[in-house]
Parts: sequence; C-alpha cells; structure tokens
Amino acid sequence: MIAKIAGLVNADRGLVHRGRFVDTTFMIAIDDAPTLLRVQEGRVTKVTPGPFITPDYSFCLRASRNVWEKFWQPLPPLGYTDIFALVKQKLMQVEGNLHPFMANLLYFKDVIAAPRRETKR
Amino acid sequence: MNPRFEPITGRYLHLDLLGKAHRLYVEEAGQGIPLLCLHTAGSDARQYRGVLNDARVTQNFRVIAFDMPWHGRSSPPAGWQNADYQLTSRDYVRMILEVADALELDRPVAMGCSIGGRIVLHLAHEHPERFRALIGLESAAHTEAYYDLAWLNRPDVHGGMVCAGVISGLVAPVAPDAERWETLWHYMQSGPGVFKGDLHFYMLDGDIRDRVDQIDINHCPLFLLTGEYDYSCTSEGTLDIAKRTGAPATIMQGLGHFPMSEDPEKFIAYLLPVLEKIRAL
Repeated sequence: MIAKIAGLVNADRGLVHRGRFVDTTFMIAIDDAPTLLRVQEGRVTKVTPGPFITPDYSFCLRASRNVWEKFWQPLPPLGYTDIFALVKQKLMQVEGNLHPFMANLLYFKDVIAAPRRETKR
Repeated sequence: MNPRFEPITGRYLHLDLLGKAHRLYVEEAGQGIPLLCLHTAGSDARQYRGVLNDARVTQNFRVIAFDMPWHGRSSPPAGWQNADYQLTSRDYVRMILEVADALELDRPVAMGCSIGGRIVLHLAHEHPERFRALIGLESAAHTEAYYDLAWLNRPDVHGGMVCAGVISGLVAPVAPDAERWETLWHYMQSGPGVFKGDLHFYMLDGDIRDRVDQIDINHCPLFLLTGEYDYSCTSEGTLDIAKRTGAPATIMQGLGHFPMSEDPEKFIAYLLPVLEKIRAL
C-alpha cells in the first residue's frame, strides 16, 4: 500500500498544489516495519522501506497492520475513517516534530489516505 | 442558472449580552413555532442554511440562526484585542436566554449541534421552563481532548487551515464533496483562537456528566440526533444520555458531526419527524 502512495499523490494536481509548501520526510510504521516518505513541494519524491539504523524524519504515524488495513479500505469501518479517530481510540500514535504535520494537516490526511483510492479501482 | 434569492432574511441585532454592547448577525426564515439554531464551535450560523431554506420546515417553524459573538458576522465586543476568547457554560447559557429575550421568543425550541448539542443539556437541566422542546445534535455529556489544543492558535500555523484539518475527519466519508468543503470553509474563516476558545467549553468547562441524571424531560422534551460517523460526540455518548434521561435518540446513518451542513437533505429527513412530534406537544 505505501509503495502506491507516491504515484497516487503525484498524479493528483489538486493535492500536490495543497502541499506546495511542504518539504519534509515522515515515517509510516506498520507494526514494527517503518517506511520513510520524502515530500518536496507537495510531491512524494522518495519512498524508502526500512529497517533503518539512524532514520532522519520529522514525524511518524504508527499503528498495527490490522488498523492500517481497515483505514485504507475504500469506505473504512466506523472509527477508522480518520487519523484523529484512531488517535482518540489509541489505535494510532503520531510522534515526533508535529509542526509540518499540523501546519499541513489537510494535505497529509489525504496523502496518508491515498491508498483508499487505489483499492477502489 | 437563473438568479434567485433564498427566502432567508439576515439582519444585525444590537443588544446587551453578558453586560456588554454587542452587534449580532441573525438570520431567519419561516413562520410558526420559533426554532432557535445553535452552531458548532469555531463555525457560524451558515451551517443551518439547509434548514432555513427547507419549506417543509419553515411552513410551521420560524427558524432563527444567529452567529455567536466572535463568530461569523457577529463582532467580538469592544476591547476584544486585550484578552483571549474563552467560552464558559455560564456565559453560553446566559447568551442564549438573552438572545431569546431580545427577539421576544415565547418558549422557543432550541436546537444545537456539538457545543450547541452540549448546551441544550445545560438548558434542559437549568432552564426547562424557558423552552418548548430541545433538540441535541451530536450531544454528549463530555468529550476528552484528543490532540493538543495549542496547535489551533499559534503564529507559525495557519489557524483556519489547522482548524479545518482537525475537524475534517468528523464529516462522514459519504458526504457530498461540495457540502464537505463548504463545512470546512466555515472553519477556515473563523477568527484566531475562536475555535480554541469554544473548545474550552466543549472539553473542559461544559462537562455535565454529573448532572445528566437530574434532567427531567417531562419539564421540557429533549430529542437527540447523532451521526454515526461522529467520533467526537459518539453514538455511545448520546445513547448514554438517552438511557439516563429517557430522551428519544436516533443514530443517523451516513452522517457525521455536522449533519445540518455536511448533508442537509439527509439530515432534514431525520429532523422532520422530530419537528412533527414537537408540533403535536
């Protein structure tokens, strides 16, 4: 799923425009498996699967595989539709320097939910 | 498209609220039983445009929706620049009663969503004699903070964008795109710190868990409607109030935290039977 994020985001002109000021690297962790995603001017320019020895990133979203799979369904079940819904239920942790995440929340929410569109096809 | 006006009238009301002069923006449409509508935190009365425009509602109800001070087109009181805005239960209750008095409403129905859905519980508890009925949309007795509210008002994060980002997931995923983004637009237009100030009531001061059992729906009927996708005021939270008060509750399918603005058609289908019951009281 994560591997598909770059193509889906970069093909979405509106989303790239929304993230045009974003320049950061963030991490998605599925169980203990981390992946780094580099974002430049709204485009996902590099996706690097772990493991890492000294990963350098701003923030990380961490949840179990079961949670991510539900979150990425085209129409997720109740309680799995939004990152904050998962955080509230303590099913996801958002860690690190949250400034790039919070300052570009509408962008990152759609970047992270992008695989929903792939599973629709 | 042929140009047309909606049947909504908007006016500015000058009145004293909480001991200070205020200029309040008030919209209304229809005639009959006064139905006073209370918007959510960090938004304004535009959320009720669907209800104000629906002839099935306005043929029997005088629908009134006002922007709370600091919100929408209502100004903050003079001197606002010297303090942070912070909504409390006491001020919120007083404001609603003083607006109802200023408009000379005779035992109106009050319908509020989110913070408005919370305050109708306070009204039911403290002032049931003042209302014909109360409708709580997305009502829960309390909501714990689930993110750091400091993000909502700081100079290095765009306040409108972060407020819209925070609440965006509370809109049902099946909501129409235009209505979803209009709902977010209202949040993007909110003044600095206003959403955060409202959440002081929502997440701290407005906790009414210890008084829900004292609400007597025989003094003032209470109706509860909550969207199934709302994870802030949850279905469980609403059903708990229903269980403790005896108030009828409906969990609305395909709706989230902003039912009246994220999908007005779907919401009004749930609202009409409640309004019929109120007419029959």
